[in-house]
Amino acid sequence: MIKDITLGQYYQTDSIIHRLDPRVKLVATVFFIISLFVVRGFTGFILAGLFLVFAIKLSKVPFKFMVRGMKAIIFLLLFAVVFNLFLTPGEPAVSFWKITITWEGIRLALTLTTRLIMLIMGSSVMTLTTTPNNLTDGMEKLMKPLGYIKVPVHEVVMMMSIALRFIPILFKETDKIMKAQIARGADFESGNLIKKAKSLVPLLVPLFISAFRRANDLAMAMEARCYRGGDHRTKMKPLVYKTRDRFAYLGMLIYLIITIFADRMIPL
Amino acid sequence: MLILDHLTHIYDHGTAMASTALDDISLVIPPGQFIGLIGHTGSGKSTLVQHLNGLLKPTSGNIYFNGADIHDDGYDKKHLRSKVGLVFQYPEHQLFEIDVFTDVCFGPKNLGLDKREIELRAYTALKQVGIDDEYFYQSPFELSGGQKRRVAIAGVLAMKPEILILDEPTAGLDPRGRDEILGQIALLKAETGITVILVSHSMEEVAKYVERIIVMNKNKIAYDDSPAKVFAEYKKLEEIGLSAPPMTYIMYALKEKGLAVDTKALTVETARDSILMALKIGNP
Amino acid sequence: MNIIKTQKLTFEYIRRDDEGNVEGITKAVDEVDIEVEAGEFIAILGHNGSGKSTLAKHLNAILYPTEGSVYIDGKDTSEDGNIWEIRQIAGMVFQNPDNQIIGQVVEEDVGFGPENMGVPTAEIWERVSESLRAVGMYEHRKKSPDRLSGGQKQRVSIAGVLAMHPKCIVLDEPTAMLDPSGRKEVVRAVRALNDVENITIIFITHYMEEIIHADRVFVMDEGKIAMTGTPREIFSRVDELKGLRLDVPQITLLAHELKKNGIKDLPSAIFTVDELLCALKIN
Repeated sequence: MIKDITLGQYYQTDSIIHRLDPRVKLVATVFFIISLFVVRGFTGFILAGLFLVFAIKLSKVPFKFMVRGMKAIIFLLLFAVVFNLFLTPGEPAVSFWKITITWEGIRLALTLTTRLIMLIMGSSVMTLTTTPNNLTDGMEKLMKPLGYIKVPVHEVVMMMSIALRFIPILFKETDKIMKAQIARGADFESGNLIKKAKSLVPLLVPLFISAFRRANDLAMAMEARCYRGGDHRTKMKPLVYKTRDRFAYLGMLIYLIITIFADRMIPL
Repeated sequence: MLILDHLTHIYDHGTAMASTALDDISLVIPPGQFIGLIGHTGSGKSTLVQHLNGLLKPTSGNIYFNGADIHDDGYDKKHLRSKVGLVFQYPEHQLFEIDVFTDVCFGPKNLGLDKREIELRAYTALKQVGIDDEYFYQSPFELSGGQKRRVAIAGVLAMKPEILILDEPTAGLDPRGRDEILGQIALLKAETGITVILVSHSMEEVAKYVERIIVMNKNKIAYDDSPAKVFAEYKKLEEIGLSAPPMTYIMYALKEKGLAVDTKALTVETARDSILMALKIGNP
Repeated sequence: MNIIKTQKLTFEYIRRDDEGNVEGITKAVDEVDIEVEAGEFIAILGHNGSGKSTLAKHLNAILYPTEGSVYIDGKDTSEDGNIWEIRQIAGMVFQNPDNQIIGQVVEEDVGFGPENMGVPTAEIWERVSESLRAVGMYEHRKKSPDRLSGGQKQRVSIAGVLAMHPKCIVLDEPTAMLDPSGRKEVVRAVRALNDVENITIIFITHYMEEIIHADRVFVMDEGKIAMTGTPREIFSRVDELKGLRLDVPQITLLAHELKKNGIKDLPSAIFTVDELLCALKIN
């Protein structure tokens, strides 16, 4: 189950998209998502789809890797389709027994699924081609203006990147504690909801204690290495825009203009 | 009696990331033996012990406990886990109850025993690991490192296992703590006749206690014999990144120089006696 | 000038019961006076709870003395203005390899210290490469720490401290959670730093085999320094060590036993098989 979630995973290869500045990818993803919600007709969706396919091709990430990410949201998609298909009032297209499917419903269901699929895929292109570290660096740089209104940007981003570093360690730990308790006869699977919730105590208590111990150790190790927040700090890998990043911004802007205009001018 | 028949375990079987952790392992573990399972990190020993109580399922091969295949449909795994007790590395990390006694009760409680039996077992187990009554109603988190570990071991003992497996029970303890835990386990073995499997990466540590040593290397069994016979291969053990107990090196070096010492000596005391005897015979 | 000097260093903490009432005061470190010269390799021994970890944390200004004082390179750790300089001069490596690696890539972790110190980007890269080479981890620089063995992780941690160009490195039981080959890796790396770069080393452990190369050994017990001397001097006092819940290497113990039982002319502490053969005159 956890393996199916491609969102947040990094796919290692060398491509132009991989080499782009993370800020470009973040901004582009936001603009792409905006474009998905601004367009109404199929012209827009076709253009957005073409753009997405183009980006995926450039990223050299296998297409099936992207599709695998869809498995995680398939229920959400089905749910949305069923609701829109059967519950949208309007001109009936098919009607049997007490159920009526309307043209508006079909249209809405189609728009919604297209939007969701493209949204997930678009964000996957970003996360699959950017290391988590690079991503947090980009976010720190982009959100810097928020520092002027006293948002602790550096601290928030540092917390995110530490969390990312410790997720695999805590997963391993959960697995180990679970096995240790199963070896003592614990049962995490059977019983009703209340019994199941209660059975989690022997797992959660040790897990929390361990997480706190790790946090304590880590804080000490960071202090010992002269960490004192974002001021005075230099960067080992500072973000610098290159020519390709400027072109990427330009390309993104052109895409946005063309898609929105075409969507309004040539309705399908 | 535990029998492993051509056991193979492959992690992520059938995917690109597949890696073999156990490669065709066959073993017989008769009741009452004191066994040392040795191998360095990544040799497969941890994966192996997790098969013994059914936590992991082999990719191929079978495990028989007292004659029954533990992966047969309808086999009672919970019962198996009470009979094959597994104490993980750093077992104190699994403690969670408000006091020591309640924590040790967790195992027997899961077996659905009645209250008196549960408490009797917890009491016996705590006594077996040498925890005094005064600690029974303290929080397990307030104990010293060595005490916590004993409480955790008692937590498994309270299920009355026939086989007790301990995965590196001395990790992170100081020398006295190490000796105390191992001494306690040896005492338990002597008193109850339980089968004990001690997992370790140090020959030196288990040499004194065990009657049989199984060495794992690269997911296979490299040696399975009496300590003396395994340590005689000390040069080959070096090649796979393990070392024999220090006494073995000394005794073999002395023998090479022509001194008639007993190369089987494992402890300082036996080595001392053997050297003294040889020297007196050598130069009267 | 001494790189480390403590004067009557005492550290107390207050024990409280469940309601938060004061139960008593524990002296974790009790009037400790030590002096360490630049370039020395010092080992600190002691059983768990003897106060050795607490002492170590004072050398990096993570803890401050309740009474007495600590001077690192002549600077008083109790003065606020000195903290960052002291933490740079005396680097620290901890026990658990997983809980001290911050970066998601080896080289980024090693760069963390210099980043915090405000070292310019180009120099950070130089320091990172140098430090990783010094501990033999350069070829692993692009890897995720999760893919390394315990010994390799600890060497990365050492490199992370080294990149801050310290004069002294304090290692608080760096080998306690490692397997024998990992322990050897770490000890080898630390000895090389002491020999080649002349960095002062404070090495805390309870594995006796790891300290035989130290210049001096301090043995701690109940917050006090119970014994000091060269490894040979310390290990010749077998019975005293046993009283302090410590061991001696088995070969040293064997020589000690042989001496006690009739072979009078053995030297007081023997560390290797060859030394024993030599001393027994059977070559």
